[in-house]
Amino acid sequence: MSSVINSVMTVFTTTDPLFLWLSGAALGLLVVATLIGAVLAYRVKTPAGRDTVRNLNARIRSWWVMVALFAAAMLLGSGVTLVLFALLSYMALREFITLTPTRRGDHAGLFLSFFVVVPLQYWLVGIGWYGLFSIFIPVYVFMALPSLSVLGADTTDFLTRTAKAQWGLMLAVYCTSHAPALLWLDIPGYSLPPALLLLYLMTVAQLSDVFQYVFGKLWGKTRLSPGISPSKTVEGLVGGGLTAVAIGTGLHVITPFTPLQAAGMSLIIVIAGFFGGFVLSAMKRDLGVKDWGTMIEGHGGVLDRLDSVVFSAPLFFHLTRYWFT
Amino acid sequence: MIPLFQPALRHGLLGLTRLLVGARASWEGSAPADVPRIYFANHTSHLDTLAVMAALPAKLRVRTHPVAALDYWGGSALRRAVAVGCLNALLVDRTGKATAEVMDAMAAVLESGQSLILFPEGTRGDGTVAPFKSGLYHLSQRVPAAELVPVFIENLHRVMPKGMPLLVPLICTMRFGAPLQGIEGEDKAAFLGRARDALVSLSRPTSQPNSQPASQPSDQRTAR
Repeated sequence: MSSVINSVMTVFTTTDPLFLWLSGAALGLLVVATLIGAVLAYRVKTPAGRDTVRNLNARIRSWWVMVALFAAAMLLGSGVTLVLFALLSYMALREFITLTPTRRGDHAGLFLSFFVVVPLQYWLVGIGWYGLFSIFIPVYVFMALPSLSVLGADTTDFLTRTAKAQWGLMLAVYCTSHAPALLWLDIPGYSLPPALLLLYLMTVAQLSDVFQYVFGKLWGKTRLSPGISPSKTVEGLVGGGLTAVAIGTGLHVITPFTPLQAAGMSLIIVIAGFFGGFVLSAMKRDLGVKDWGTMIEGHGGVLDRLDSVVFSAPLFFHLTRYWFT
Repeated sequence: MIPLFQPALRHGLLGLTRLLVGARASWEGSAPADVPRIYFANHTSHLDTLAVMAALPAKLRVRTHPVAALDYWGGSALRRAVAVGCLNALLVDRTGKATAEVMDAMAAVLESGQSLILFPEGTRGDGTVAPFKSGLYHLSQRVPAAELVPVFIENLHRVMPKGMPLLVPLICTMRFGAPLQGIEGEDKAAFLGRARDALVSLSRPTSQPNSQPASQPSDQRTAR
């Protein structure tokens, strides 16, 4: 027991002070949000308002858990962080396939997707084999899955089934795995732990979502596209997006970027994240559901929380890799 | 030796079940309560019992006994340890030779204030619900005070279809419906039909997702 405490203490004392400073900032943000939520719960009177505040407080409670899990994984090292993302991919894929009609012929392929493709993709990321992890799913799995399904000799909706399984893997596994892949980037002249680059991506993408929600709730009037995502507003997008870009610019100190580069990077993360959420919302409407799952109280499923990261992670990874390594 | 392992094995099995199929409970018409109940569910796969047990709150789980086949689960010390030790199963002879004893054992559980889990179809289905066997009727006649709660197991037939050795993890929801009300003088066929209808009415058209209403009433609370 004492050795566990010692090793945890070692982690804390040897961790970059910047990381602790950022954890403090996250903690402060959570405390402020919790206090605001408590005040709102006390002051709200209308039934509709009560529902909104209840959902807001459920979201904030979930944020505590998510931030704690993410911080713990990052403190425990890149291996643990990789396993955390692999588990998130597994759960996101599970949500996607649950909502997608499948047939008997898909069974073997789906089994392999969950229990072979997910671990293999993350293993390739973990050994830093960029050349293979960047084509493994879109090239090899892309051909292997329909080859397995075709053995079932069932042509009903064959094209649809193949396309949907492939999309599920691309979103839940392939795109998502680019976030922890940041940990294996070797950037000349960048002396900070690479975990901070992942923290940067997650912070900008998630705060963009949070501030879009906050701006939308406070000042949102013009609905962006009621048919796809009723809660998205122009005011929310602009206000939340610009706030996230401002924070992303300020956070350039934890990245290899200059302030101007950081502004550009966070703008790309915000735009990609917005389209990630938008595209996945359209898919939810098509599937006839409101949320991908129920795993995260107040937010929905894992994919509901990851949708912005799904689109921004590969872009951020490639831009960083191309220009900074 | 085995008793020491049972709590660990139980937590391991329930944890694994949740990791694979989620096993979320959705209480639609009834609430968790420590009263004698007969939970009757559709039989979809080998994981049914574990999934229903994982969905129940821990407090109720220790007082709920799945009814399982003696010929299989009593077959070896290990199977018995899993079924009886970990999952509180009530092992019954399904050969038909000891019907009275089986009924006595099930009634004794209910009369002691605890609950049972039954699969009245008797056999595994492919997502549709087969006609019920008569055991549920006789048991409800014998212990009329026990609540009859339908539990629709959603999606689990897709996880492990009949004849497929592989398992595909999907989120499965246990939908707990309203207890069946007793009707004076109802005959066996009418009762069994009504019980089956109560179970079927908890299902959702998951195979044609586009025909599903965009928002279910139960989802309103988490409206985004």
